[in-house]
Amino acid sequence: MSAPAIRVEGLEHTFRQKGREVRAVDGVDLEVGEGEFVALVGPSGCGKSTLLRVLAGLLVPTGGTAEVGGVSAVGRPGLVAFMPQKDLLLPWRRALANAALGLEVHGVPRKEARARARALFGVFGLEGFEQAWPAQMSGGMRQRLALLRTFLVPSRVLLLDEPFGALDAITRRGMHAWLQEVLAIEPRTVLLVTHDVEEALVLADRVVVMSPRPGRIVDAIAAPFARPREPGIVTEAAFVAAKARVLAALGEGDDPVSAGEERTAPGA
Amino acid sequence: MKLALGSAAGARRLAAAYGPSAVLLALLVAGWEAWVRVFDTRPYILPAPSRIWQGFWETKHLLPEHIRTTLAEAVLGLGFGAAAGVTIAVLVAGIPLVRRVLMPLLVVSQTIPMVVLAPLLIVWFGFGMTPKVVVVALWGFFPVAVATADGLMHADREMVGLVRSMGANRLQVLRYIAVPAALPAFFSGLKIAAAYAVGGAVVGEWIGASSGLGLYITRAQTSFRVDRVFVAVVLIALLSMLLFAAVHVLARLATPWMYVRTEEETR
Repeated sequence: MSAPAIRVEGLEHTFRQKGREVRAVDGVDLEVGEGEFVALVGPSGCGKSTLLRVLAGLLVPTGGTAEVGGVSAVGRPGLVAFMPQKDLLLPWRRALANAALGLEVHGVPRKEARARARALFGVFGLEGFEQAWPAQMSGGMRQRLALLRTFLVPSRVLLLDEPFGALDAITRRGMHAWLQEVLAIEPRTVLLVTHDVEEALVLADRVVVMSPRPGRIVDAIAAPFARPREPGIVTEAAFVAAKARVLAALGEGDDPVSAGEERTAPGA
Repeated sequence: MKLALGSAAGARRLAAAYGPSAVLLALLVAGWEAWVRVFDTRPYILPAPSRIWQGFWETKHLLPEHIRTTLAEAVLGLGFGAAAGVTIAVLVAGIPLVRRVLMPLLVVSQTIPMVVLAPLLIVWFGFGMTPKVVVVALWGFFPVAVATADGLMHADREMVGLVRSMGANRLQVLRYIAVPAALPAFFSGLKIAAAYAVGGAVVGEWIGASSGLGLYITRAQTSFRVDRVFVAVVLIALLSMLLFAAVHVLARLATPWMYVRTEEETR
């Protein structure tokens, strides 16, 4: 077996804020195998996003190593396909051009990049919206477009930072089912950051729980049932038991699914 | 971009947009005419709108030449001013040292009254079009530089992070994020510059010229033809509006995404 898709060892990060030293991440070790789907859950500010930014090459950590496919990702962007929290669609590019952005940055000629993007519009439920401006799309569509853009970045490793956090609960559930379908057609290694425990257990093979700041890994729970999963599993005993274990690791009794985070999509 | 001028809906929309201004303008002109007639104001103090119209009619064979000169100076000056403004903006936004050194000087440069500078420019560049173009450019570069630099510096950090995570180099960040993000600001600056361009050209001509609306005004003044001065004033206003509208059309073509919602609302 070759190097794991993601390998993080002894990762530490300290930054200064208002004259004080803040330790965001403290000794995180994480390995994600090729084709594996790992969800990272933890309270706000536990360093989940810091970890993703390090792997995306955007943040140089104060200590430790981070490798993608056996290559150090520290200070080296371009190894992964990163999807930040906000959809960050470029308002000056139509849907098709937004989707093709990663390919164009990687030097694929514009025409070929857009042809490859166009071919996936159907799979991502965006058929007929190739020429739409982001401002004309609903929240769910924008998120699917952002995901399509991420899938088209020439990398087998996806880093998703709360990709559905801004969506309402119903849309989010639909996106879960749909993301599993897409992954069945276009398999990838995925590291998903979320604070929705149910989302983590529905989507991932393994749920890694982080502690509050400074972020440390406190537990790793294998999700029951093989992928892809039906939405109905959330009420099954094995699922509920796994959820209870994740919640216990989080040190929270109540469901941390945050409500009221819905954002009205522009143009909806 | 759809400008449905031919259709009834388009005409209605146009009337709704500009109707109130037109009505107000008509009322002001009518009031002005009435005032002059009732109080029998002398035409060299304040000519009535009808008198101005007469002045226009008398000199209409001379006007195209003057308009051509002034408009050419304004457009050329605006072009050079915009180019200089963008160059300065890129330097100011890209190099912090340049920002610290140049910004105060730029602000100072705008405090020099153009009427003071214009005679000097004529000494330096002669009586041809050059000094007028320089006046317009000196006037126009500033709003373009300030607005564009602002746009370049306020590119969304997260968007920059996104394309950098894709492996984009500095040039690609500029091309995919900073430049398109700064375009709307650039056009805002250019609109301000365009509104002042014709006025700037006229100030330049005023000091000394062989053709142009500024010269037309000087000649009208020396012969106490205040009605003709007003003819020039109206023409300057119309030309300024024309230039402003041209920049607006350019902005719509270059930044179509900025007008997406407007189109939806009016459809």
